[in-house]
Amino acid sequence: MSVLVPFAEVGFAESWWIQIIKAVVIFLVGFTLVPLALMLDRKLMGRMQMRYGPNRVGPYGALQPMADIGKLLFKQQFRPRTSVGFLFAFAPVISMICAAATFAIIPFGGTVDIFGTEVGLYGIDVSIGILFAFAFSGLSVYGLMLGGWASGSKYSFLGAMRSAAQLISYELAMGFSILGIVITAGTLSLTGIVEAQSGMWYIVPQFVGFCIYIVSAFAETGRPPFDLSEAEAELVGGYSTEYGGGRFATYYAAEYFHMVIASAIAVTMFLGGWQLPFVDPPTWVDPIVVLVKTVLVICVFVWARTTFPRPRYDQLMALGWKILLPLATANVIVTAIIVVVTD
Amino acid sequence: MLTTYGPAIVFVVLGAVIGAVFVSAGSLLGPKRAGTTRDAQVTPYECGLPSEVRGSFRFGISFYLIAMLFIIFDVELLFIYPIAVQLREVGTFALVAMCVFLVPLVVAFVYEWRRKAMEWR
Repeated sequence: MSVLVPFAEVGFAESWWIQIIKAVVIFLVGFTLVPLALMLDRKLMGRMQMRYGPNRVGPYGALQPMADIGKLLFKQQFRPRTSVGFLFAFAPVISMICAAATFAIIPFGGTVDIFGTEVGLYGIDVSIGILFAFAFSGLSVYGLMLGGWASGSKYSFLGAMRSAAQLISYELAMGFSILGIVITAGTLSLTGIVEAQSGMWYIVPQFVGFCIYIVSAFAETGRPPFDLSEAEAELVGGYSTEYGGGRFATYYAAEYFHMVIASAIAVTMFLGGWQLPFVDPPTWVDPIVVLVKTVLVICVFVWARTTFPRPRYDQLMALGWKILLPLATANVIVTAIIVVVTD
Repeated sequence: MLTTYGPAIVFVVLGAVIGAVFVSAGSLLGPKRAGTTRDAQVTPYECGLPSEVRGSFRFGISFYLIAMLFIIFDVELLFIYPIAVQLREVGTFALVAMCVFLVPLVVAFVYEWRRKAMEWR
């Protein structure tokens, strides 16, 4: 009986040196997207507010993120007297590790033949697929919580508590919004999900799920309009109040890395991954298609940031628990019924 | 197992290396002027009355409520995932099982809503 079939071991394993090389290459590509997202954020936001944005450093201000990071790394290092030294330094690293680990599951294409060896254009393609991403996004709460607590400042601590409550609330809606796709595709593997979208992208049948996912993604990454964790007017600077220099740069980079990953997962789950409608491009175009789509979704993040005002905290919680969660559950049940009836 | 998850380990290591470099950059590259660390630099950001927060700082009970609700629904979510993967193959039986599992939770959800557990106080 098919119920007893264990989770299939999808994908295959290359030899260890290919795995290391491809992991390093994919990580570098992903990490290059971080300053790009930062630049896009400031430049696009400037244009939407009828100003130029940064335009002094390098051509069209393109080197501004590099200049920012360089400046932050050369700052004098000090921490509050009341802080817990080791945790204060380690908490930003947790955020960075979680972001980096999540990027491993993003597929940039199927398997290709490079110099006679089969290589999968993804970090890992495991049977648990998207649950791997949820596991690490759940762990990243520790980065914020420990950072806020170890600072020994009441503003940091309050900011951390609010971040944690926000993150775990929207994690539920996010998990439920993906569930409709899992039901339709019948697999958790991300490459499997992309291949199941060859006929139609899942944004069409799962439009409600897409809306819930993208709203939760705004909240999960702490981006405006849901940047309640660092609401300057109320909480000074959230969990990172006491941070400065390179440690702040780590939090900042991790936040943008999370944004890149949330966009890439949206592309994989809802926007067809490396598939294009009506055309079947050669294999080497696949990673470029994924990257272009990811950058476009990042633009949506920036667009939302300039469009919506920040809600109050109780409104944020009400949106997560009273609107998104019931809506996502209803979406799952309706999808399940439709799938079972039409089969 | 290790071969399937091999690249993930590389990603974790790279993330840790970049994080460690960024975090320790300040003490290596930053200005070192011994004895000039000002009192304002090592005092936590303060506004209003001075306060001591370490260890036993009190905060709102609402955070506990949210965390408890989260655990219930997160476990529910993880139990539904295996059913969802096999739903197409198993068919009606899985759908009924899923609904039997969801109905008590919906009842509990409505109860929590009516008891105003989700109102932010």
